[in-house]
Amino acid sequence: MKRLHTYQDLKKLVGSHYMQAKTAQFFNQKVAWVSSGAPVELLRPFDCITIYPENHTSICGAAKVGPEYCEAAEAEGYSRDLCSYFRCDRGSTLLGTSPIGGLPEPDFLFGCNNICGTILKWYEIVQRHFDVPFLFVDTPFVHSTVYEHAVEYVVEQLKGFIPVLESLTEREFDEEKFVKGLYLSKECVELWKEILLFGAHKPSPLTCFDAFTQLAAIVSLRGTEEVVTHYKTLKTELEERVQKGVGAVDDEKIRLLWDNIPVWYAMRSLSELFEKHNACLVADTYTNAWASANIDTGNPMESLARNYLEIYLNISMDLMLEKIQNLIKVFDVDGMVMHSNRSCKPYSLGQYDLARNIKEETGIPVLIIEADMVDSRSYAEAQVKTRIEAFLESLGG
Amino acid sequence: MWCGIDIGASTAKAVVFDERIVSKVVISSGFDTKRTAEEVFEKGLKKAGITEEDIEYIVATGYGRIMVSMASKTITEITCHAKGAYYLDNTVRTVIDIGGQDSKGIALDNGKVQDFVMNDKCAAGTGRFLEVMARALEIELRELGELSMKSQEKVSISSTCTVFAESEVISYKNQGKKKEDIIAGLHEAIASRIYAMVNQIPVKEKIMVTGGVALNQGVVQALKTKIGKEITIPEDPQIVGALGAALLARETF
Repeated sequence: MKRLHTYQDLKKLVGSHYMQAKTAQFFNQKVAWVSSGAPVELLRPFDCITIYPENHTSICGAAKVGPEYCEAAEAEGYSRDLCSYFRCDRGSTLLGTSPIGGLPEPDFLFGCNNICGTILKWYEIVQRHFDVPFLFVDTPFVHSTVYEHAVEYVVEQLKGFIPVLESLTEREFDEEKFVKGLYLSKECVELWKEILLFGAHKPSPLTCFDAFTQLAAIVSLRGTEEVVTHYKTLKTELEERVQKGVGAVDDEKIRLLWDNIPVWYAMRSLSELFEKHNACLVADTYTNAWASANIDTGNPMESLARNYLEIYLNISMDLMLEKIQNLIKVFDVDGMVMHSNRSCKPYSLGQYDLARNIKEETGIPVLIIEADMVDSRSYAEAQVKTRIEAFLESLGG
Repeated sequence: MWCGIDIGASTAKAVVFDERIVSKVVISSGFDTKRTAEEVFEKGLKKAGITEEDIEYIVATGYGRIMVSMASKTITEITCHAKGAYYLDNTVRTVIDIGGQDSKGIALDNGKVQDFVMNDKCAAGTGRFLEVMARALEIELRELGELSMKSQEKVSISSTCTVFAESEVISYKNQGKKKEDIIAGLHEAIASRIYAMVNQIPVKEKIMVTGGVALNQGVVQALKTKIGKEITIPEDPQIVGALGAALLARETF
């Protein structure tokens, strides 16, 4: 796979972000541990440094140290059936290490259950460990439409956090700064969306493995100037590739859609396997989950609530199917690969039904592989590779 | 001439092909996969009465496929089994391959793989399951099929897990149950497991069962009952993957 030059910039961006967090106290800034689906824009006007344990555990996964940390959590009594992001985070805290030297301690926690119910229990454990406040946002599940009462319910919670945040950070809430942040966030999201849409080109200048890596910026630093600048550079690089007709994979013959969180420790071996068969994973449901944000200037808090209610893991299977079908159409894929992720139940539940529906309604073949995002003990490489190769052979690769 | 080499978890197979099967060989897979591949290839050549120079192209398949140094190309066993089965009988629509380490169902559409399903990281529903049970019952693997046909009062094995099923076998043994009745129960358990798996793909007739376990008539009978459809077994079910590899070698070169 041809590596994007922007990869180095991303490493610097994420590196300096963690560095900032480690020195936050010298600048009178508070460190918040935040879940990936939490409405982080609310924290921006308070100059908080946001740290994403989920991003950190994916780094641990990619560095192949997941099992070590998971085992430390298991030794404390946590079941192996629990989310490996949680186990890895817990293990890293207990051992006080990680590939980046561990996370800076939190001043408070900010979590939202729009991605899963595990977040609530996970953050309660973190809360007990560090003895810090935990601000929790409850987002009702969206079965068919987003009800007004659900929006009001979330808005009320968000508004309720303002005085708490004011006292925690010793800063006053600045509405103007908040709205400005929302617009920056929207700009980030829209740039991200444009970047992902480059995958619709033939050949595609990027693969979902690039997107998985570049995702770190939109997840951890959404709503900041740095991300806007970074994504603009990335966009230019992709534009150049398209102009020159350069594909991320040589001689692209098969275009695929990926579903679920990456298998972080197998990113390289999997990307090489697909490339060997001239197959490009041109899009995925995971990184596209950060590609929508609408803002109503008249009612910013409501827009924020609405955006975070509608995220991919907080919607019904019917709505997920609609989104997948749209991706199949936009990216013109020949097949779909679903990662049945032992850790992530909300993401993996229903995949067999979704696969059947997709096969029936769109006629494209779907492959389901079994793995785990961080815990490589749940991954049988030879079996997964055989499945993928057989799937690609049946697609003519 | 063309050659297909299939290195499985339990056995290694080679087929030399030239408009028809010239030779076919099955040997046990040793610890040294490279050596196993060389051995099965040499035996295949010898049986065909030819030398390496007579072979135009070699395709390797099976779990050890990447270790076959003389092969020019590797292709998965799914594609190879589909190819081999379709060559033997072009009315086949479903292939159920039960090997030493895994089992799979393949749906064919005009000889092409339309869909497939494989067992997960689990020995249930594979030859390994039977190997473990044969050891627990102190009999040879190849005796299982014939013995089970004598069963009058089949026991019920409720676990599909190999480890738990083995402890069930031991408890039946201690209750004084007959070997043939326990074996018949085991065959039913393996058939149930495979049935549940292959049902994820549309199981259409004609159904062909391949792989070493197809040599066990007890499993085949139990599978027939479970699926409720006729099953065909090729003359030499173990070599279907290697045959497919040889056919694909011919297509490639």
